[in-house]
Amino acid sequence: MTTASGDTPPSRFEPPIGAESGPFWEATREGRLLVQWCTSCDRGVFYPRAFCPHCAAPGSALEWRAASGRATVYAAVVEHNPEAARVAFSGGEPYCVALVDLEEGVRMMTNVIGCPPDEVHSGMAVTVTWEPLRDGRQLPLFRPDTGEAA
Amino acid sequence: MERADRTLRGAAAIVGVADDVSPTGELDRTGRELEVAMVLDALEDAGLTLADVDGVCHAESAVAFAEYLGIHPVFMDSTMTGGSSYEVHVEHAAAAIAAGVCDVVVSVYASTPRSDRSRRRPAARRVPPGPNPTVEWDLPYGLRTPMGPYALAAARHMHVYGTTSEQLAQIAVSTREWAALNPRARHRDRLTVADVLASPLQVSPLHLLDCCLVTDGAGAFVMTSAERARTLRKPPVYVLGTASCTDHMGISQMPDLTTTPGVVSGARAFGMAGLSASDVDVLMGYDSFTITALLHLEDLGFCQKGEGGPFAAEGTLGPGGGPLAMNTNGGGLSFTHPGMYGMFLITEAVRQLRGECGEHQVEGADVAVAHGSGILLSVMSTAVLGTEATL
Repeated sequence: MTTASGDTPPSRFEPPIGAESGPFWEATREGRLLVQWCTSCDRGVFYPRAFCPHCAAPGSALEWRAASGRATVYAAVVEHNPEAARVAFSGGEPYCVALVDLEEGVRMMTNVIGCPPDEVHSGMAVTVTWEPLRDGRQLPLFRPDTGEAA
Repeated sequence: MERADRTLRGAAAIVGVADDVSPTGELDRTGRELEVAMVLDALEDAGLTLADVDGVCHAESAVAFAEYLGIHPVFMDSTMTGGSSYEVHVEHAAAAIAAGVCDVVVSVYASTPRSDRSRRRPAARRVPPGPNPTVEWDLPYGLRTPMGPYALAAARHMHVYGTTSEQLAQIAVSTREWAALNPRARHRDRLTVADVLASPLQVSPLHLLDCCLVTDGAGAFVMTSAERARTLRKPPVYVLGTASCTDHMGISQMPDLTTTPGVVSGARAFGMAGLSASDVDVLMGYDSFTITALLHLEDLGFCQKGEGGPFAAEGTLGPGGGPLAMNTNGGGLSFTHPGMYGMFLITEAVRQLRGECGEHQVEGADVAVAHGSGILLSVMSTAVLGTEATL
């Protein structure tokens, strides 16, 4: 499918950059996954904030740390009707949307790719992989963790 | 005085209700015309007039609606918590009335998504104000809303507690049995568990028939003090307990996908009422999806956490004299669902307690709970309602 101007329509919604999330997105350009860390209560914070929602520490207590990229699926579902979801990135095929818990203790939404979508399940070990966005940033996706480098 | 000792129990009552739905799913009227009609019908039901109204609740703008009505209320509440907005309005109105802020409050809702589509009217678009982290962190992954987040909750519940699609389907089946007794319901044909499971998977594990309808619908209610309520046209339906709670906005931030903030709102509302789940005759539990209703059964204490599947699978939530009647109008699954269904939990609960429900009347109903769920399992609001006998 092409638009009237001949451009291929964007297959992936490109996320805006929130007020506190610049460092996160900059690091994705190099394939590095960062999470905010509260040095006051020693816990991870996600999504990025100027405040720690665990201990109410101010933004000055938060720093960026590299995440291992390893995570466990918390819950996973399969979209069986990508057209109804107005999603093009799967090429019309069913795809998996999951919430994954990073080793650093924070949870994020993602797509798990690299296996049939209905094989993704709660408790499954996954590891980060990257999908380039048009502006050079990369979107963190996850794939089954086979113990091998991507 | 401790918070728990300060109570709204019995201070205010719902004295008028109105709603408009159609078995076709479409209404002729829309917008302000429909809202005003609902307000006037609910006031007529109470034996009051617009001149009596000094409080307005409207989930978009109470101020704009009051202006349209040409009234000058001293209490205005534009609380918008999605589908639970109207249970929150009950709570806020009861508090305002009890505190002497105002005397007669109306809350109103009208939405016509189905006819907007078929008549090519521009669809109403509600965008939450302020920064919305879900746009940055969730939207790129293509989780269809609203059903996707509920599917995640169902998947997690299945993983932790072994809940099955068959058990979820039974909720749709029991709810349809109630709809069959309600001539105003959108869908009244017999439904089986096999039918639900054979309907197309949307976002797995949810099938099409695990999902609520999209219909037009409108409603309003009127509240006043218990004292004034006793002078009006219909038997008062007293607010015995009311409470709300939120623990997230976006689904990624929900602390535990198997437990809603209804645990908090339910315990507080029942605590204020001095009642528990076993006292409830009619549960109007927001059923945007089968999993939504299942979570309410657990979180309000009708069964233990994790036992909602087997509890629903007994099939006793439908008509037939079981200990608990749930969603007696046919629910969001089969009666109507215009987007923010919480108004219809209240109109049905009130009519059950007045004995006005005809074929789907629960005999001798004295206690009803309207339990609203808003946004993405984000805001639960519980109203425990009772007849004069429960005071």
